[in-house]
Amino acid sequence: MSREWTIKFVLLAAVAAIIVMAGFQLYNHRHYRTSIVTGPGVTKVVKLSDYSEGLKGTMADTNVFFLEGKEEGGTVLILANTHANEPAALLSALILLENAVVDKGTLIIIPQFNNSAGRNTRPGDGYPLYFEIPTDWGSKKFRMGNRDASPLDQWPDPDVYVHYPEKQLLSFLDVRNTNRTWPGRKNGPLMERVTYGAMQIMREEKVDIAVDIHGAETMFPVTNCIVAPDKSMRIAIMTSLTVKSRERFDNHVESSPSGFRGLSHREIGDYSDTMPFLLEAPLPFLDQPTGPKTVDLLLDGKDPFLLSLSKKRKLFVPYDETGWPMEKRVGQHCSVTLELIRQFSRKYPERTITIRNVPRYAEVVKNGVGYYYHDPAKTDKKNVYIN
Amino acid sequence: MPLIMIIYYAICVYIGAMLIWNFLREKKSVNDMLLYLLILIPLVLRILRVK
Ligand SMILES: [Zn+2]
Repeated sequence: MSREWTIKFVLLAAVAAIIVMAGFQLYNHRHYRTSIVTGPGVTKVVKLSDYSEGLKGTMADTNVFFLEGKEEGGTVLILANTHANEPAALLSALILLENAVVDKGTLIIIPQFNNSAGRNTRPGDGYPLYFEIPTDWGSKKFRMGNRDASPLDQWPDPDVYVHYPEKQLLSFLDVRNTNRTWPGRKNGPLMERVTYGAMQIMREEKVDIAVDIHGAETMFPVTNCIVAPDKSMRIAIMTSLTVKSRERFDNHVESSPSGFRGLSHREIGDYSDTMPFLLEAPLPFLDQPTGPKTVDLLLDGKDPFLLSLSKKRKLFVPYDETGWPMEKRVGQHCSVTLELIRQFSRKYPERTITIRNVPRYAEVVKNGVGYYYHDPAKTDKKNVYIN
Repeated sequence: MPLIMIIYYAICVYIGAMLIWNFLREKKSVNDMLLYLLILIPLVLRILRVK
């Protein structure tokens, strides 16, 4: 073999090895399935494609869980993993799904709302592919997703995303971001069909309040808060004041800007009778000036660079050596969600929703998140949904 | 799969083939050979529907 062909052969083998090694990891991540255990409150499980036909047979289709009370009342919809790289949302939704018992009204939960984004990753930022939550029976493994849907499911991106129907020009990337594609349309890009499905649930099931759970950077002002448009404002403020006085944690209220289109807290309110709320808990993992994006950073939120920035008053949340552990964030989401439902029920008694057996902030902080998860191996197979 | 997506996969195959063609034709520069192959990685992963 000539020298030229020897070099070519070596280079080709090295690059092929990289493709095979990376390819297997990425393929396994996309196809990894998490066991989702349904608790005693779940009465019905349907698909989002039952409300948005264009999702049938795609990776963007996802499970919708109904927890219907014996007594009639109001209806609440909970969305998690709208951004699949903000995992406190999914973890909170699963606590509700596995434990909540509804006495009055209906609770609808979509724990993996952007299912395609949950199967995407961000290698350029060195995202971990998985993370594990310790439980009494071992650990529960989850995929770490990305903010946007996978281009394998929706591609190519346009140069500029023209929002439907408001025609506002948004970043090209936001065409795959399910918190910019609201209210969506039947035959639009795949992510518009996802949000359209949720809009149809809200219209058909007469949803009173929708809670979209997120996480945000500590250096971003819209963090540790409830975002609400005018129609939801009163309930948001009452909730914020109540959790502050009774449970001793801060969660301020941000007003949903009317000129910024495509967001759940804007379009759900404008295009349906539902009152939307978007919850943000601090998520140091998403901040730009941190150390490596490790699983530890994701779960405990401890970072030396953020700590020094905090001393220079550059963060929008209190921050010390204890970081922002996952149980604090999940606990906040549980408490704020329960309090929103309670405040809504007080204001509209004929649409009361009564839920029990869901832990509040102090309990989640004390017991940890995994304490509320059940072992799928010891659960009746018909109550385990693998996705 | 929507038509536009199919077209983009076809573009990927075309660019990938051009890169391999250039790689095979390159006689001297090891640097260029390596660069052709590195640029090929994301295209291969997309065509195989891995990433
Ligand atoms: Zn988010």
